[in-house]
Amino acid sequence: MMADTPQKTALIGSDGFELDPADETAIIEEMDHYERPQAACIEALKIVQRRHGWVPDGAIAAVARVLGIGPGEVEGVATFYSLIFRQPVGRHIVLVCDSSACFLTGFEELRHALVEQLGIDYGQTTTDGRFTLLPVCCLGACDGAPALMIDDDTYGPVSPADLPGMLEAYP
Amino acid sequence: MSQSIASQRESLRYRSRLMQPEAERHPDTHPLTWRLRDDGEVVWLEEYLRKDGYQSVRKALADGDPQAIIATMKDANVGGRGGGGFSAGLKWSLTLQGGDMPRGYLICNADEMEPGTFKDRLLMEQQPHLVIEGMILAALANNSCYGYIFLRGEYVTAGRVLNRALDEARAGGWLGADINGSGFDFDIVVHSGAGRYICGEETALINSLEGKRANPRAKPPFPGQSGAWGKPSVVNNVETLCNAPGVILNGADWYQGLSGERTGNGGSKIYGVSGLVEKPGLWELPMGTTGAEILDRAGGMRNGRQLKAWLPGGASTGFLLPEHLELALDFDTVGKEGSRLGTGLITVVPREQSLVALVRNLEEFFARESCGWCTPCRDGLPWTVKVLRALESGQGEAGDIELLDKLAADCGPAQTFCAHAPGAAMPLQTALKHFRHEFEQGISEPRTKAAEG
Amino acid sequence: MATIHVDGQSYQVNGAHNLLQACLSLGLDIPYFCWHPAMGSVGACRQCAVRQYKGEDDDKGMLVMSCMTPAADQTRIDIDDEEAKAFRASVVEWLMINHPHDCPVCEEGGHCHLQDMTVMTGHDRRRYRFQKRTRRNQFLGPFIGHEMNRCITCYRCVRFYNDYAGGTDLGAFGSKDNVYFGRYQDGTLESPFAGNLTEVCPTGVFTDQSHSDRYTRKWDMQFAPGICHQCSMGCNVSPGERYGEVRRIENRYHGELNGYFLCDRGRFGYGYVNRADRPVVPEWRQSPDSQPVGLGVDDALAQAGDALRHARRIIGIGSPRASLESNHQLQVLVGEHNFSTGIEAREQTCLELMNQLQRHAGLPTPTPREMESHDAMLVLGEDPVQSAGRLGLNLRQAALARCAALGATIGIPDWNAEALKTLAQDRYHPLFIAWPGPTDLDDVAAARYALDPDGIARLGFAVAHAIDTAAPAVEGLTSAEDEAARRIASALVAAERPLVVSGGSLASRAVLEAAGSVARALSRRAKRGGLVLVRREANSTGLSLMGGQPLDWALEELAQGNADAVVVLENDLYQRLSPERVDEALARAEVRIVLDHQRTATAERANFLLSAGSFAESDGTLVNLEGRAQRFFQVYEPGYMRPETRIRESWRWLHALAANLRGESAGDINLDTVVGACADAHPALAGMVDAAPDAHYRIDGLRLAREPHRYSGRTSMRANRHVSEPRAPQDPDTAFAHSMEGYSGYQQPRQQVPFAWAPGWNSPQAWNKFTDEVGGHLRGGDPGVRLIHPVPGQGCYSQPAQTLEGTEGLRALILPRLFGGEETSARAMPIQQREEEPCVTLNHDDALRLEVQNGEIVTLNERTKLPVCEQEGWPDGWAGLPAGLVAGLLPGEPVALQKVAGDQS
Ligand SMILES: Cc1cc2nc3c(=O)[nH]c(=O)nc-3n(C[C@H](O)[C@H](O)[C@H](O)COP(=O)(O)O)c2cc1C
Ligand code: SF4
Ligand code: FES
Repeated sequence: MMADTPQKTALIGSDGFELDPADETAIIEEMDHYERPQAACIEALKIVQRRHGWVPDGAIAAVARVLGIGPGEVEGVATFYSLIFRQPVGRHIVLVCDSSACFLTGFEELRHALVEQLGIDYGQTTTDGRFTLLPVCCLGACDGAPALMIDDDTYGPVSPADLPGMLEAYP
Repeated sequence: MSQSIASQRESLRYRSRLMQPEAERHPDTHPLTWRLRDDGEVVWLEEYLRKDGYQSVRKALADGDPQAIIATMKDANVGGRGGGGFSAGLKWSLTLQGGDMPRGYLICNADEMEPGTFKDRLLMEQQPHLVIEGMILAALANNSCYGYIFLRGEYVTAGRVLNRALDEARAGGWLGADINGSGFDFDIVVHSGAGRYICGEETALINSLEGKRANPRAKPPFPGQSGAWGKPSVVNNVETLCNAPGVILNGADWYQGLSGERTGNGGSKIYGVSGLVEKPGLWELPMGTTGAEILDRAGGMRNGRQLKAWLPGGASTGFLLPEHLELALDFDTVGKEGSRLGTGLITVVPREQSLVALVRNLEEFFARESCGWCTPCRDGLPWTVKVLRALESGQGEAGDIELLDKLAADCGPAQTFCAHAPGAAMPLQTALKHFRHEFEQGISEPRTKAAEG
Repeated sequence: MATIHVDGQSYQVNGAHNLLQACLSLGLDIPYFCWHPAMGSVGACRQCAVRQYKGEDDDKGMLVMSCMTPAADQTRIDIDDEEAKAFRASVVEWLMINHPHDCPVCEEGGHCHLQDMTVMTGHDRRRYRFQKRTRRNQFLGPFIGHEMNRCITCYRCVRFYNDYAGGTDLGAFGSKDNVYFGRYQDGTLESPFAGNLTEVCPTGVFTDQSHSDRYTRKWDMQFAPGICHQCSMGCNVSPGERYGEVRRIENRYHGELNGYFLCDRGRFGYGYVNRADRPVVPEWRQSPDSQPVGLGVDDALAQAGDALRHARRIIGIGSPRASLESNHQLQVLVGEHNFSTGIEAREQTCLELMNQLQRHAGLPTPTPREMESHDAMLVLGEDPVQSAGRLGLNLRQAALARCAALGATIGIPDWNAEALKTLAQDRYHPLFIAWPGPTDLDDVAAARYALDPDGIARLGFAVAHAIDTAAPAVEGLTSAEDEAARRIASALVAAERPLVVSGGSLASRAVLEAAGSVARALSRRAKRGGLVLVRREANSTGLSLMGGQPLDWALEELAQGNADAVVVLENDLYQRLSPERVDEALARAEVRIVLDHQRTATAERANFLLSAGSFAESDGTLVNLEGRAQRFFQVYEPGYMRPETRIRESWRWLHALAANLRGESAGDINLDTVVGACADAHPALAGMVDAAPDAHYRIDGLRLAREPHRYSGRTSMRANRHVSEPRAPQDPDTAFAHSMEGYSGYQQPRQQVPFAWAPGWNSPQAWNKFTDEVGGHLRGGDPGVRLIHPVPGQGCYSQPAQTLEGTEGLRALILPRLFGGEETSARAMPIQQREEEPCVTLNHDDALRLEVQNGEIVTLNERTKLPVCEQEGWPDGWAGLPAGLVAGLLPGEPVALQKVAGDQS
């Protein structure tokens, strides 16, 4: 009969999106690291992204529900950070560093080579769904410039000639 | 996958490296790097302890006097290595502590995204326990209950290494409840980010840590008064924190002595060079080492190129000229030349590089990384980019350079909400000052002219 | 107080303010966007830069944001500084980079803060030569239009919507020069305060859709000071008219009441005024099923008068949604002994009890603004957002004010909004709510207790006892009840200014008595507390002060044949009592005269329907839940644009009818006469005379203009009817002129402001020019007079009511609802679109007993089909039904629910 107020809950459905129970558990565990559950927001979106490749629309309300915050807030976070994808992406993410050291050491040729070899520009995904190409700010690998990252691997210095062999490792 | 492709790929993998061999590094002169191994492998707990690891924590816990830590840090005057140069000891003396104040948070800024900067990566990937040791000292001094390493998401290796090191430290009794039987509780979590340079700005970082959009916060109140979740918080750069163990163990005078006669700022500094030099890389050198000496260590410009300009410490510092190479690279001296020490990692610009194009690249970075909170940065920088692109392609119009002057001036400190836009203004302003003719050539003239410089 | 030096002049200012607020309060202009007087500073837009000097010898100074700088004593600044001016011009130039410059087709044009600030900074040349960014807009529901291209990224919308009003579905998305403000997905904005976005947004991103449908520029509308008629808060509104229609409602600043904000029922609920089916001429009909015949005014009066003259006894049924003046004239017509308030008996008892408690419970009723500085709250049996819209926002601010209290401990000023939010995180002043289901304040509440009315009363009495042992104890408390009572009591006692909120929503005397006991207990502990009692309708308080028999009595008199004529004033009786009872009573009355502006079920039964003016077409006085009498004024004379209409204020009709009945000629009557007569006749209402200036009031010898001085097209507005322009309507009742002639300035302090405008300030931000200090009080005094005053001395405690034995079956629990739960606004289009799907709320066990599951359909009393909504914690034995859904169903009445076989929602 007497119940304390629950956390602020999202009133809205999530378009049929179901948060995987394992993901929900992982998010709840993440919340433990912080004074307030909201702090797990970015990690929660990453968890969803690990499973789906990106953060589908319905996941916003679902994550909001778990964290006890509003969906507007979650979408605000999801759209702020460059490594959270709110659109479908390829199986592998190619992040090309375009900051000063790489710019000075041949980033533009590298980028052109990538665009040519993959047939896509920034923000696009190859038709076979294999690669998505994105710029990234300084990878902190300036002594290995020009540098790029494919998924979790950082490479540098990379020359256009290195690309075909390197990309082959990412089916 | 064929063997050769795999090994080619392995050889392309980026690895952080220090350019000085072990033989050149000594505990009393290279407090940040003497423990690093020539093979670049991680110095794990066992080796770290063998190399005097955690001695400063042992000492500080035995002394049991946070105020003494702060006093020593203040005397040592360790300038913040995140780019601002603010005294760490002074920062630690400003956290609201005691009385009714709840215990606060200690945050290690490991967001390293300043273009041209790659030093914190080395420290975290190869010597995680020094970072942890520094954090424990800072936590003691500031009565922090919990620590966060705010690590940029792309630093995957550093994340793995740090997490394993944290486990080691916990198992070794250096973290957790009742550290080393002292009654002091403190633990650390690695919080990994999801991109955006602005997360490195300390108050934006705190918002991001709280799971919010990384807009900076107004100061005052400073994080020391109201930081993460409104609790007194300290944010320090990785390298800054790595300085603390040496200072506490050896004292402020020793620290001051590290830089010798070169400068009033003490200690050693991880300097580095990137760009078209023979051997880009990192060196631990006395604070106040000159740009010439560092460039020399890097083997000079690659393939005999000529140096046209250089950035002393990242994209948000001002351009210096070859004639500035003899200056001591410390906080005060560089500041007097219209630039800043920043992170102390030099980017060199060769003669044939168009400054207009380079500045365009820098401003694209700053415009893209703006958090979008305040008007000058959000809407002024993109305009700057468009004007620069026009100049770069010879489509400039009369008045464009004056417009850039004004845009840069309007993005000055206090006029914007945080230091991001002033960081964008500095390279633009100094490039306009030193290389104005290159910009002028972009006005209704063909592209080649502007590029020739 | 602090002395600051601005451009070489010294001024006294409020040292607790920031420099922007201080300078604006002095009447000095500094442009700004992200700052808002109610929401404080965040320093985002950088528009308010001024030069500040450090000390006496500093002649360089530096630019600072005036909104982020305290107005500390001896601060020296220059607004008129070349560099500061140049910087401010740059800021507007940047903001305008992507702005579409679509002012001619933009609905904000003419009352746009961005336009005003652009002019103020002198930015008049476009230098940006590159492409603009364009955006997609969202569907945000029936109330609000969205045009994101116009956005200047000031962040005000999300700060209001989320931080101030507690919304969760709007957000700031993206970053850099691509920040998008919208809903996380297309759909209706959920906050019941979303309408304020139209005023909070400094440009035309969020616009009033009800206005778009029949758009008119601000300068082309005619305004009058209005009082919202949609609940008992009495918020001040500024309705705008063109071509005989209300075109929009905007907030009218009141320093103690609504401040800058309204609820969406008040803002968007006016559509009933414009309904095409309104009775606009008097009608006569032979019998309820025959066609009505339109009559002229004199004919109508003569015939109706005739009919009444032949009646044995006339019963007058008044209305809590009509003015005091109209109710008074009805009383004059039928005589005091034949007058009913038109309010159902139980509700009336509660209203009387509320008046009594307000006088004798020992705690005063704070103004809504004062409520925001109370630091602990107990809400007994109300869902404030649903029952009194704006009040919910006030209570939310009270809870949120904890952040300012915390900030004070480490020196963060009140206006440093983001810093306070950061510091407080989710720490609020304690708010306890006893209400059977979820409320819109749960997210800031320390606890909500899901109880039925009796349980709420028990809890309240137990709290009173825990505060003051002299208050009677409650027998047989469970340990959970006891613990809850202690927790609440200790929070209230620990507070400096505890607030007790209750009201008539549950129609329970016991709940009100319990609230009164808590108030009394707190007053005995010498707390500077407050007691707020929510009434249902705009003039419920006024009618209860006026007095009269309850509606049940009136129907009974008619049903018994003790009277054969009835005059019903602006009241749909079918909303109040069961259709059987109303039918029976009306069937027995031979003469049925109804005055209304709506074609209600009751009006359909009239043989004379007199076309009454709505709030927009008449003047009158209402008394709100504070006990504040406030005057509303006619916005437009309906006959001017539509001469075929014969709409009159109800009090005018009734006065004429009374004269007719007495066989006299109607003679002249005006508002002041009626106000005076009403005040004389009812001592409790005596103060109403001073609620507003009378018809002789002049400023600088001028009447007050209803139309802005740029009002255009006056001479052509009726040209399709006749080439000659008729004389503007003359207003014998008020000091306002139906034209742009007259005073419309801000220099002379005045209380009654039809529309806010000052040179260079066309937007609602112009209110800042009318206040003593920005965000303070109107310089001419905030409108209205309080009629209910606490009486010294301590009344005695009521005895806790005996708990009723569990009755068989389900009883109705009527849940107030903002959209659809009020008689008139429920007839407005956008409100109907905004109404939520009705459902019947049940406890899980009751649902089991009925063999229904969540979402399944049941029939209610063999008539209405509804889906079931199972609610955790919902009290046993109660069926929750939205107000206004089942006409005439009273709280606590038994209801029969039946599962509909095979029906699925
Ligand atoms: C836009 C911006 C980005 C920054 N990025 C970093 C960063 O990546 N790492 C860092 O340590 N400091 C960064 N800083 C500086 C921090 O705000 C802060 O001053 C620093 O973390 C404090 O630590 P320190 O005093 O030890 O240097 C940045 C500042 C700004 C304005
Ligand atoms: S200067 Fe302004 S917009 Fe730019 S990053 Fe800082 S707060 Fe954000
Ligand atoms: S009003 Fe001061 S910065 Fe926006």
